[in-house]
Amino acid sequence: MADFLFAAAGLVLAMVAAGLARILWGPGDADRIMAAQLLGTGGIAALLLLGEATNVPAALDVALTLVLLAAFISVAFVKGATRSEADGA
Amino acid sequence: MSAALNGLTILAVCAGAFFFLAGTVGLLRFPDTLSRLHALTKADNLGLGLVVLGLLFQAEGLLAALKLISVWLLALLAGATVTQLIAHTARPSGPQA
Amino acid sequence: MAFDIGLALLVLGVGAWTVAARDTFAAVVGFVAYGLLLALVWVRLAAPDVALTEAALGSGLTGGLLVSASTRLRRAETRAVDERQPASLRLAAAVLCTLVSAGVAAIVLLLPEPAPTLAPQAMVNMAATGLGNPVTAVLMAYRAIDTLLETVVLLLALVGIWSLAPDRVWGGVPDPRHQAEPDGRLTFIAQLLVPVGILVGIHIFWVGSVAPGGEFQGATILAAMWILAMMAGLVDAPAVSRRWLRLMLVTGPAVFLTIGLTGFAVAGSFLAYPEPHAKLLILMIEIPVTLSIAATLALLVAGPPERAPGR
Repeated sequence: MADFLFAAAGLVLAMVAAGLARILWGPGDADRIMAAQLLGTGGIAALLLLGEATNVPAALDVALTLVLLAAFISVAFVKGATRSEADGA
Repeated sequence: MSAALNGLTILAVCAGAFFFLAGTVGLLRFPDTLSRLHALTKADNLGLGLVVLGLLFQAEGLLAALKLISVWLLALLAGATVTQLIAHTARPSGPQA
Repeated sequence: MAFDIGLALLVLGVGAWTVAARDTFAAVVGFVAYGLLLALVWVRLAAPDVALTEAALGSGLTGGLLVSASTRLRRAETRAVDERQPASLRLAAAVLCTLVSAGVAAIVLLLPEPAPTLAPQAMVNMAATGLGNPVTAVLMAYRAIDTLLETVVLLLALVGIWSLAPDRVWGGVPDPRHQAEPDGRLTFIAQLLVPVGILVGIHIFWVGSVAPGGEFQGATILAAMWILAMMAGLVDAPAVSRRWLRLMLVTGPAVFLTIGLTGFAVAGSFLAYPEPHAKLLILMIEIPVTLSIAATLALLVAGPPERAPGR
């Protein structure tokens, strides 16, 4: 079970890596803001799997924190992107 | 009993990983920002939900199970609304290649 | 371990991209992604306290600060991008960074087996502090002076930011007024997320005495929720000259310092706790410090005053 979860965590992380490579290259701010979304779902999945596989129960608290901070930072990014456009106009 | 739970976990986590794979393929192949956003949000949130479901079978205690479910619900809530905000940011810039 | 190698390569890749990014906003996004991945690394190294701090403070809150800074710089950036640093300077910076990294790597790799550590002694003496989490014992008992200085440093940073206000809005309200759309998406997410976030923040703070967590991580979550409410227009930022605000900011470090000074009278030296009351004293310090840190961090991200105080 631990090995399987570990492998699953590795797979999800590989997906996050591929997604990040595409997102960070993507033109425009909106593409890049998606990175916070990607890590907020994929990163958290990998974290939960990793925590269960390596028997670190506190990984659950880290995941809770991450999901809140990912939401916060996404909103901050959106505000930052739109505000600078309004300023530059 | 625990063998059955393990089996369910493996099933759910495999399904979750499959959806992550599908989401990433969509992310890599779709032509413009909005469709990539769509792929990312829908598929990855579902993948997270299935992973959480799988881990629920392994959870020790009610508090851990509740925390797992809240992580997923919060991710769902954040994903649904932030996606709309990001799409609103993308649209005024015009269609991106 | 293939997983570890993959994770390390991913972190390095994102880090390299962040350094090479042309646009400040893109670099900030990369920085936040890097920080969130680093939290994963810390969990892999079985250090959940550090992972919590990295996720909350190192990437989340610092990311908010950097985004706000990059937004303010955007207009000036198009002019600045034409003046690139001379190649010799950039080469010197690259060489210096490489040397520092190589030095740290050498130190870590050449440590004797077993590596010298105070961890066993920290665990043994933890019972005297009444705490169950050795990291919190280090932060609040063995090295409490460092924590006290950290809270004061944060306060000084805030004063520094406030001093950037132009004269006409001195003591005024940070941040432009964010319009609250009554049916808007942002309002929706804030109204649902903020109460939950506050609960989680209090939980993480409270559980820190026996499990990974603690006042800095909990305070950061509370601060992030306050900033979220401000960004959604649900609450307006308070004017920095308000007495209740300044009281809230100062109470934490003040209580910490007071308890530290009474340590002279009661237990023999600065920040010493009498053994039977150690846990109670630590709790009496932690609660106001958490509130103060939350307020300080939120105001750090809000920035210098931009509107005059009063209606």
